[in-house]
Parts: sequence; structure tokens; C-alpha cells
Amino acid sequence: MRKLLLAGLTLIIGILFISRLFQLQVVNTTYQRLSDNNAILEISDYPERGFIYDRNGKLLVANQAAYDIMIIPENVIPFDTLSFCELTGVSKERLIKSLKKARRYSKRLPSVIVNQISKETYATLQEQMWKYEGFFIQKKSLRDYRIGFGANVLGYVSEVNNNDLKYDDYYQQGELIGRQGIEKSYENELRGEKGKRFLQKDRFNRIIGEYKNKTFDVEPKVAKDINLTLDALLQEYGEYLMQNKRGGIVAIEPSTGEILALVSAPSYNPNLLVGRNRSKNYRKLAQDTLAKPLFDRGLQALYPPGSPFKTLNALIALQEGVITPETQFKCNKGHFYARGAFMECHCRRGSRNDLLKGIYQSCNTYFANTYKKIINKYDTPDKGVNQWNSHLKSFGLGNYLGYDLSVGKRGFIPNAAYYNSWYKEGGWKAPTIISNAIGQGEVLTTPIQLANFTAAIANRGYYYTPHFLRSVSGDSIKQKFLRKNTSIDPEHFEVVIDGMHKVVEKGTARIARIKGIEVCGKTGTAENFTKIDGVRTQLTDHSIFIAFAPKEDPKIAIAVFIENGYWGGRWAAPIASLMLEQYINKEVKRSWLEKRMVEGSLATEYEKPYSGKPFTINE
Amino acid sequence: MKNPIRGNRLQSMNKSLYRLDWITIILYLALVSFGLMNIYSTNFNENSSIFNFKIPVGKQFLFFMVSLFVGVLILITKAKFFERFASIFYLLTILSLVGLFLFGKNISGATSWYSFGSIGLQPSEFAKVATALAVAKYLSEIQVNVKKLKSLLQVGLIIALPMILIILQPDPGTALVFGAFFFVLFREGLNSIFLLLLFGLIFFFILTLVTPIPFVFASIITLLIALYFFSKKLNKKASLLPYLALIVVSCSYVYSVDYIFNNIFEQRHRDRFNIILGKEVDTQGIGYNINQSKIAIGSGGWEGKGFLQGTQTKGRFVPEQHTDYIFSTIGEEWGFYGSAAVILVFCFLIIRILYRAENLKNNFARIYGHGLAAILFLHFFINIGMSLGLVPTIGIPLPFISYGGSSLLGFSCLLFIFLNLDANRLNE
Repeated sequence: MRKLLLAGLTLIIGILFISRLFQLQVVNTTYQRLSDNNAILEISDYPERGFIYDRNGKLLVANQAAYDIMIIPENVIPFDTLSFCELTGVSKERLIKSLKKARRYSKRLPSVIVNQISKETYATLQEQMWKYEGFFIQKKSLRDYRIGFGANVLGYVSEVNNNDLKYDDYYQQGELIGRQGIEKSYENELRGEKGKRFLQKDRFNRIIGEYKNKTFDVEPKVAKDINLTLDALLQEYGEYLMQNKRGGIVAIEPSTGEILALVSAPSYNPNLLVGRNRSKNYRKLAQDTLAKPLFDRGLQALYPPGSPFKTLNALIALQEGVITPETQFKCNKGHFYARGAFMECHCRRGSRNDLLKGIYQSCNTYFANTYKKIINKYDTPDKGVNQWNSHLKSFGLGNYLGYDLSVGKRGFIPNAAYYNSWYKEGGWKAPTIISNAIGQGEVLTTPIQLANFTAAIANRGYYYTPHFLRSVSGDSIKQKFLRKNTSIDPEHFEVVIDGMHKVVEKGTARIARIKGIEVCGKTGTAENFTKIDGVRTQLTDHSIFIAFAPKEDPKIAIAVFIENGYWGGRWAAPIASLMLEQYINKEVKRSWLEKRMVEGSLATEYEKPYSGKPFTINE
Repeated sequence: MKNPIRGNRLQSMNKSLYRLDWITIILYLALVSFGLMNIYSTNFNENSSIFNFKIPVGKQFLFFMVSLFVGVLILITKAKFFERFASIFYLLTILSLVGLFLFGKNISGATSWYSFGSIGLQPSEFAKVATALAVAKYLSEIQVNVKKLKSLLQVGLIIALPMILIILQPDPGTALVFGAFFFVLFREGLNSIFLLLLFGLIFFFILTLVTPIPFVFASIITLLIALYFFSKKLNKKASLLPYLALIVVSCSYVYSVDYIFNNIFEQRHRDRFNIILGKEVDTQGIGYNINQSKIAIGSGGWEGKGFLQGTQTKGRFVPEQHTDYIFSTIGEEWGFYGSAAVILVFCFLIIRILYRAENLKNNFARIYGHGLAAILFLHFFINIGMSLGLVPTIGIPLPFISYGGSSLLGFSCLLFIFLNLDANRLNE
């Protein structure tokens, strides 16, 4: 027995050890995971975010290097805080606070102490870094907006939030994602695809080299550069003209659907949403609930289209065969469209207008009668309204246009079902909905929809889905944005276009005339209401203008919308005209008009309703 | 017939070479080489080379060569030499241990080293050899009988003297290894009471640490009183006295364990036990080593990550990995297969030594063989047990594998002396 004690014990211990090994190495897999967390650092290798150019190759958005001052608390030795604060421009209190925070977070891992110092600070600091043991500078890449305009189109990038992380497992905490505008729409192209690098760590979390000779590393995919359809000069000019006014400008190249300018006023400098003060600036912009600088009026604002809508009613009536260009209606400063219901018009008493004159005089009576004919063409108003609705839908109204930015509104074009739910069935007739004839009533459109149907008129019957993307890294993308035909035959357009030409030549928008260019346009003045403290209040009319030029082979179609701008010819028409001149002639000769537009301000008009005092509109 | 003595000598040399336990030698070479590979891996970088004598693997290789040389010297020495000079070796060792207090070099808190330039020697490693020889020599003397108190005290003194000197360095881990001689004494006839006592001490020690003291007291008393009544049934004359004495002794032992643990141990000592006993979960402070060692071993899986591929090893997550925690590298890079193989080789080696020792007619050789096996066993048990998180942290090397020149040389001497004794078993 005694001989066997040690041998037996050896056997028992051997078996015990091997079973323990089996448990640690084979049964329990958590150790493998712990080991990987421990010793392997997976870091992402980001490609540089793609650049954004305008249609002429002008660089709009690039990247800039930013520098964060980092520390590893355990390596920090006492340093001259005073000179450090002077160098970096950080207050001593803040420095102490961030040092404490870093220490609390981790003694061995790096933390940001001062974020996004300027290049100048970086330059001076770099020479003095040796004085600050445990500090180092980490470079990162920020967006660099080379222009101070176009914020609503370009959008911005920001750190991913929990929602993004939930819906797309590409992203990880702390990464950037395109949040608005082009940055969002073309996120996948602009970001490229991050690669992976596996690094080997030691027990102090220091990097000691590549893991397995990069066998598992994934190379990042290079990001793509984007050319926009935007004309930077036109966009900048539009924002310049729109200062101190609220509204939108949308300019489209009719032959392609390329958006040349999308102005929303007021806007902001895109560089406000980059860098150190990003969140502070964003909060300021988001909190301005009256001017709403983050709200893209060109895409999102719903307005009654007003008189420009008459051009569409004319086209529908011609297509439906209920009028001819020669059809005339009498106007006596308006007319009774139903018993006891009078619609005013600014035509002289005893006018007899044909279609051409109806358009350029913007005769309400003419279009009220035309509209009645459209609705009454069929045996029930239901069918008439639905037919009218489907023609308008073919112009892209009442629905999303399908452009490549993520914000927008459908607008609204009523149909029979809508009216049947409002009035009891059969309780409405053409006169009930007569306001639609002149672009008031239930119809709502966004400025881009106005510009789009203007382009369709300019094209004599079709449009291309409006869009912002011209090419990606040099590859054109034409087939993505398709041609759409309207339900109006081309021959009906000429008379309407002639009418629009006359509007500028001798009608309501003579101020929009440009020497040497045949401009076609249509003014609009739209009544509008808002709720102030729960009371429906009428505000000063909106100023609207749609136009395209030149008349033959149009290069640009434009819609301008100025909130509370009194009437179409006062603000919208001159601004549109200046834009056309700028785009076609590349220079503006009418500096007196430009000056008037730039210096003109509607600020007091916007303050009136909120001043708390009684106010008059359209004074 | 011309020169019978010389002829006999040659003949016997040939025969002993023939009788040499080549299997053990092969296992020895395999373990040391495997150790070198793992030491190489723990300190691997671009200038790693076993011929770079400034880095651990190079030093270890150098000591390996020295060990082989010394091993051959030992093998060609006459077997009687070791028995005859055992006392001298022992005396020299004791002197060298004493000399440490005058000339020793203090490395991380313990004065265990003589320093010769970049190479240090640790006499406590050689003390194991000398003590093994001395114990074997003493116990093999005719008049000695471990059943007698006098002999027991004398052999206890032989063992305790180096132990005390080593504790004073202080290097309690190495001192603990001398406890291995308990197995030798037991084999040579030590009263079984001592074995029971040893297991009892260990059992109550652990019990005291994991359960509240009143509960331990209560269970001791109940157990012994029950035993008393049981023995009373068998034998009416059974006396209560020894049982009462036993209760008093046990309880005072338990109480003193509790007292020592809580009042004399330093916190770091307490922590070592608490972590193993699962009373504390601490992966950053004292538990860091054990936790990292377990992660390294556990991440090895069946096949391991491969030679030089251990991420834990490369990241130096396990402190002292090339010395006391070398087994974690083996576990990580060689997986279950590799580390289980190492355990099997050790078990086989220990049992083989015991088996061959039992077959020796010569008492000195047999007792020495037991001493060798017991020392190997204790190192094997404590070192691997510690790496696996089964035994509290006690810093002693894994024989033949851990980095450490003195340790390698010491174990090589231990082994080669036995090989010599074993090979010359018929030359008495």
C-alpha cells in the first residue's frame, strides 16, 4: 500500500488536471471570446469620404483634417497647465474637468481632452508636445464645405445614433453617417466601404503589431466622388437674392430634369454643422421655429399654387376639347359663377377674352368658366374631377416626384372621393369647387412641383424626374431618372406658351423681361391663412412666379415662391427673371433690379402677425 | 585475465550504459526541448534566437548544454560516490544557503541568488538534490527506523534545516517543496497516523476557510462524540478521554488556522486562497494572473493556436509566463492535445521513476528515487494546478520546462543521479 500512495496520487492528479483542461479548453468556449477581446483589436480602416462637385466641376465639399488632443491618463506627468491653456485656448476649469473625466473613463485608454483644434493651434502645439508627457494628437477627417451656401441640398454628416445602429449593422458607435441632403442620399457612394484591420494588443492595451500578418484584414473600398446637377453660381446667386425673405426657388433644366438650383430661404452656412460647435449651432437652427432654416421650402413647403395653375387648367381643357384657343368668355370685373356667388377679377368691365388674353391677363372669369366646362364634360362631376385629377397627376402633382433627396411632400390634388367625403354624395358641383380653377381651394403644391410642371410645359408635354445627381466618379447615371409623358398632346402647348410669353411681354410680369431672351412666365398671388394662437388668420398673399426661357429650346425652367410677398410681380417675378438672366447670360445687367431684390426685406411682414398688435395685410 | 580490474570496469560501464533507462532520458530531452520552444514563444521577437545568450531562451539553452555536460559527468561517476559524499554535498549546500545572507543578491524581495554577471545561481534548487541525497543516505542506514521518534526527529532536522534557511530568504514556495519528503518517510514506514493527520490538517484548513468557525466546531464535536458512542458499542471499555483530547486539539487547530489566516497572513496571502476557493472574484488585482492564465489556456481549444501564434502569449497578458506560468503558453499554443500530453508525460515519468526505484535492491537508491519522484510530483501538482486555477498561487517552476537555469540544472542533476543509481543496480 505504502508503495502505491505517490503513484496513485500522481494518477489521480493527472486525471484531475486533464479533466480540468477539458473543461477549460473544450467545454467552455467563453475563454476563446475573452482571449479575443483581450488580445485582438479590430479597428476599422476608413476610406476618405467622397468629394462633391457641381455641374461645372467646381468643388463644393471636400474633407479637412481636424486634430484632437488626446491623453492617456496613466502616462501624464504634472505639466504647466497655464501655458497649455494659453496654447489651446481652453479654460483651466474645463481642462481640469476633462482631465478628471478622462481619468474616470480609463487610466490606460486614450480620451479626448480638447477636440478639433485649428490647424494653426496644431502647428504651434506640435512643436511643444514634448513638454506634455502622456498627451498626443490624433488626426481625424471632417467635412470641409468650400462654399457658404447650398446647405439644404448638400446636407450634413453626423455621428450615428442608436436608431441607425439598429437598422444598419454596417455602422458602429462613433462613426459618421450622412444625415441630410446629398450626404444622406448618396451615403453609400460617398462613404465607400470601410476595411478592417486586426491588431495584436498586449496587456497594457498597447498595439504590438499586426495580427497574423494581416491575413484577416479587409481592404477598404475607395469612396466615390459625386458631380451634382447644381450650378454653384446660380445656387449662390439665388440665395443671395433671397436674403431677408422666406420662400423657395427651384430651377430645372427641362431637357434633362437636372436641378440647377434649389434655394430655400432662410438657410444657413453648411460649415456651421461641422466641427467643435456643431451641436450648439444645430440646436440654434432647430429651435428657430418661425424662420425654420432647416426646413427646405423648395421641397417641403405646401402652398396653394395660385394663378400659374391656370396654365394647367388651360391645357386640360384643350386636351378634353371643351375649349379651343378661340373660345371667349365675358368678364365684368368678375362674374357670378353661381347664384349670388361672385368671383372678382381685375379685368375691365365688358372685357371679352380669348385663351391667350385669358392667360396673360390672368382672367379669373375665363378659367372659372373653363374649369366648369372640364368638370361638366362628363355626366357627373365625379367623373369630371377624376379626369382632371389624372391629367394633373401626369404632371407629377399630388405625389412625390421621385427626386434624390430624402425630404419632400406629396402636395394635394383633390378627387371625387375627397369631395364626397367632405360634402354629402352629390352635394357638390363644379361651382362648389370653383377655386381650383385659379389655383386656390384645395390644391396644394410644393415649389419643386411648380418648377417641374413648368419644365413639362417648356418641353411641350413631358418631363424628366428632377434630380441632383449628375455622375458618380465620372459615370453618368441618366437611365435612373426617366422621361415621363404628360397626358396632354404636344400641339396644345403652343397657345399656352404663347400666353405665357405675353405675360412677360405685355401682361402681369413685364418686369421679368430680359433683353435678348424670350421669357415665358406666369405670375401668381395666393391667399393664405395661418393659425395664430388658435385663430385662423389671413396673412399677406404669397408672391409666385413660374417661368422658362428661352421660349424655343428652353434651357431653364424656374419656380419662385416668396411667402407673404404681396403679389407675383412684386418679388417672385423679378427674382426669377434675374435667375434666368444669370443662368443664360452668365451675368446680370439689371443691377438696379438686383439691388432692389437684395436689399428688399420682408422681415417686418413676417413679424407682424406675432407682434401681438392688430395688423393689415396686402397694404 | 591480464588486467581483471580494468576489464571488469569497462565491462560494467558497458553494461550500465546498456541498462541506462533510455526512455526516461528521451522523456527528459523531450520535456526540455519543448520547454525551450515555449520559452522562445513567450519572449518571441525579431532578435529571438537560442544562441542569443542575453535573452531567456538563449540562457536556458546554455544551461541545457551545461546540464547535459553535467549529466554525462554524473553518469560516468561511480554510483557509490553519491552515497559516500551525500553528507558533504548536504553540508556544502547548507553553507551556500547560509552564505546567501552575506553575499546573496536580492531579486524582487527574496535573497535567493548568487550573481555572476548576467547569470545567477539559486542554491535552493541544488538544496533539493543535496537533501534528497542526505535523506536517502540517512534512511538507508541500518540502525535508522522512521517508526522510532529519535530517527524521525533526526531526519526531520535534515529536511527542516534547508527549509528554514529558504523560508528566511524568504522563498516559502521553494521551502514548501521540501514537504515532498513526507512521501519518502511514509514509504519508509512512517506511522499512518501522520498521513491521516496530514489529510486532516489540509481538510480542516480548507473547511475553516470556506465555512464559519462555529459550524466547523459543531461538526467536529458531533463527529467525534458519534465516533465515541460507536466505539463504545464495539468495546464497552472505550474511554472518552482520547476523544475529548481530539476535540480539543482539532478545535484549537481550527481556531489557530482561522486566527493565523485572518490576523497573521497578509492580505495578498489571503487573496490567493480566497480566489481559489471561489470566495472572491477579482480579475484585475491579485486574481489577474490566474484569470489571464485560465483565459490563455481556455482559448487554446482542442488543437491550440499554433507555435508562436498565441495571442495571449504575444500580448504578455500572463505575468511570469516563461517561468511559473509556462503551462499557460503550452495550453494556448498547443491546445488540449499538447497540454494533456505534457501532463501524461509527467505522470508517466513520475510513475516510471517510482516503479524503477521499487525494483532497486539498494535502499539508498530506492529512497533517493522516491525523493526524486516526490519532488517532481509536488512541482508538477502545484505549478500546473496553479496555472489551471486549482491551487493557490505559489511561485515554483515546472520541472524541465520553466525558464530558470538553476532549476533546470538542479532537476537535471536530480534525475541523472537517479539514472546512474538505476543503471548500476547490479554493480553492488
